[in-house]
Amino acid sequence: MMHLDCPWCGYRNVSEFGYLGELRERPDPATTTREEWRAYLYLRRNPAGRLEEGWYHRAGCRRYFEAVRDTTDNTVSETRPPTRHPDGHDEGEHATAGDLDVTSVSV
Amino acid sequence: MRSRARHTIGRPARKIAGFSAAALVRHGLGEATDWPRVWRAHELERSYDVVIVGGGIHGLAAAYYLASRHGITNVAVLEKGYLGGGGSGRNTAIARSNYLTPEGVAFYDRSLKLYENLSAELNFNIMFSQRGHMTLAHNDSSLRTMRWRAEVNKLQGIESEVIGPEEIKRLAPPIDVSADTRFPILGALYHPPGGIIRHDAVVWGYARGADRYGVQLHQQTEVLGIETSGGQVQKVRTSRGDIATKTVLNCTAGWSSLINDMVGVRAPITTSPLQAAVTEPVKPFLDAVVVSGSLHVYVSQTARGELVFGASVDPFAQYSMRGSLDFIEGLAGNVLTLMPGLSKMRLLRQWGGLCDMTPDYSPLMGTTDVDGFLVDIGWGTYGFKAGPVSGEQMAELIATGRTPALIEPFGIGRFLAGRLVGEKGAASVGH
Ligand SMILES: Cc1cc2nc3c(=O)[nH]c(=O)nc-3n(C[C@H](O)[C@H](O)[C@H](O)COP(=O)(O)OP(=O)(O)OC[C@H]3O[C@@H](n4cnc5c(N)ncnc54)[C@H](O)[C@@H]3O)c2cc1C
Ligand SMILES: [Zn+2]
Repeated sequence: MMHLDCPWCGYRNVSEFGYLGELRERPDPATTTREEWRAYLYLRRNPAGRLEEGWYHRAGCRRYFEAVRDTTDNTVSETRPPTRHPDGHDEGEHATAGDLDVTSVSV
Repeated sequence: MRSRARHTIGRPARKIAGFSAAALVRHGLGEATDWPRVWRAHELERSYDVVIVGGGIHGLAAAYYLASRHGITNVAVLEKGYLGGGGSGRNTAIARSNYLTPEGVAFYDRSLKLYENLSAELNFNIMFSQRGHMTLAHNDSSLRTMRWRAEVNKLQGIESEVIGPEEIKRLAPPIDVSADTRFPILGALYHPPGGIIRHDAVVWGYARGADRYGVQLHQQTEVLGIETSGGQVQKVRTSRGDIATKTVLNCTAGWSSLINDMVGVRAPITTSPLQAAVTEPVKPFLDAVVVSGSLHVYVSQTARGELVFGASVDPFAQYSMRGSLDFIEGLAGNVLTLMPGLSKMRLLRQWGGLCDMTPDYSPLMGTTDVDGFLVDIGWGTYGFKAGPVSGEQMAELIATGRTPALIEPFGIGRFLAGRLVGEKGAASVGH
C-alpha cells in the first residue's frame, strides 16, 4: 500500500489519511464576490503531474498537513506541516475536523 | 459516401463489413480468418469542419450523430490510444434512468430510449439486457432518498418503485436479507428498465456507423495543443501534424482538464480512478443488477456468466490507473456481506479507469467562453449510459448553434452561477 510521511507520526498506510485536495487561496469572505467564492469552492486545476495538496491524519494524530505528489505515479516528494491553512490558522496550530469542510474525507 | 480520395495507413481496408445473417453463416462456415475491418485508417487531413478529441463512446456517438442526423461528415475523431481504451472500455456497463433531479431523469431517460433502439440503428448487437436494477437501502436516510427518487421518477413516467425485503429476495435470491446482519436491508429502489449493455459493442457500433458516413477515426493520434486567435479556435496540434478547424469538442473524460488547459477553460473537475473486478464465469443465477450505497458495492452477472463488481472511486485524485490490493480486499468483504454464498468464487481480474468527477455528480455539456471550443465532460462514474443522448444533443448543438433544452441545465457556467444539479444521492456509488 502507498505510504504517506505524516510530519508528526512518520510513515503510515495511506488508508489512515483523509484527502482534502489541492491547496487553494481562500478569498476573504468579507470582501469576495459570489463568483469568486464559487470559483474557490468548485474550480480545480487538476494537473497531471506535480500537485500541492492537503491531507488529514484521520486515524492517527488527527492533524492537517501538506504534501507534494506527482498525480501520474503517486510519488510523494515532500510532506510538511500546513503552511497556508485554508481557514487562516497559524502554522502548526492544532486544527481539528470541525474547522474544515471535510466532506471529501468521508468516502 | 466518400467524395474525396483518401489514403490509408497500416493495413489498407479492402472493404467495410456489411453485416447480415448470410454474411454470418458464410464466415461461420469458413475458417473465420477473413473478417473485413470494421472501420478504416486514414492519413490526417489538413483541415476538418469538426475535430473531436477522445475516441470513447462520447466522442464516437457525437461523430455518428453529426454525420447521420446533420450531414456533417468532414469530421475527425482523434484518439491518443485505441478506440474505447478509456472509461468506455473499462466500465461496468450499467444503464438506468432512475436519477434524482428532474433534469437528470429526463436526460438519462432519453439515453435509455436511444439504447433500446441502438442495435437496430447501428446494425450491431449491443446486447442491451434490461434485467432490472435495484439499489438497496440499509438505513432510514437512504430509504428516504429512494422514496424521493421513486416519486421524481414516476412523475416523469419512469418505472421506479420502492420494494421490501421479500420482493428483493424474490428478484435476487443470493442476497442476504436477514435482519441480523451488520447492515440489514430495509428496502430497495427497483427500476425494471435498467440493465447492462455490452460496452465494447457500443464503441465499435458507433465507430463503424460513423466511418460509414465518412467520419475519419484516427487512433494513435494525440492532441498536444489547441491554438486560438481572437477568442476563437483555429488549429489543433497533434502528434501526427497540425489541423485547421473552427470547432473542437472535448470528449476526454478523465483527461479533460488537460485539454481544457490548452485553451484556458477552467472546470470543477478532479480526476480519480474507479476500480472494478470480475469473477470466473458460472451458470446464470443473478438476474437484476444489485447496488448497495452503504456497502459501496454493486454486482451484476454478464451474459457470459461472470460476476462484475464495482465500487466508489478511489479516495484521492490521481491520473494513475493502477489497481490496489487494498481495494479488492475491501470489495470482496462487502460483496460477501451482501451475498455470503459467493465465498467460493474466484476473481479473474481487476482494473481501473479514470473518472472526471464533478462536485454535483452531473456532467458538463455545451459551449465555453472560447468560441468553437465545446465540452462533453464531467462524466465521472456514470457516463457510459449517457453516451447516446450526449452524442445526439452535442451534435445538435454543433449543427444548429443552439443549446438543446435537454442539456441546457448542464452548462459549464452553472457552478459560478450557483445552479448545481445535485445527483449525489443517485450517483455516488460509481455506475
Ligand atoms: C470501472 C468503471 C466502471 C464504470 N461503470 C459505469 C457504469 O456502470 N455505467 C455508466 O454509465 N458509467 C460507468 N463508468 C463511467 C464511464 O465509463 C465513463 O463516464 C465513460 O466511459 C466516459 O466516456 P467518454 O467517451 O467520455 O471517455 P473515455 O471513454 O474515457 O474516452 C476518452 C478518450 O480520450 C482519449 N484522450 C485523452 N487525452 C487525449 C489527447 N490528448 N489526445 C487524444 N485523445 C485523448 C483517451 O485515450 C480516451 O480513450 C465507469 C467507469 C469506470 C472506470
Ligand atoms: Zn499523524
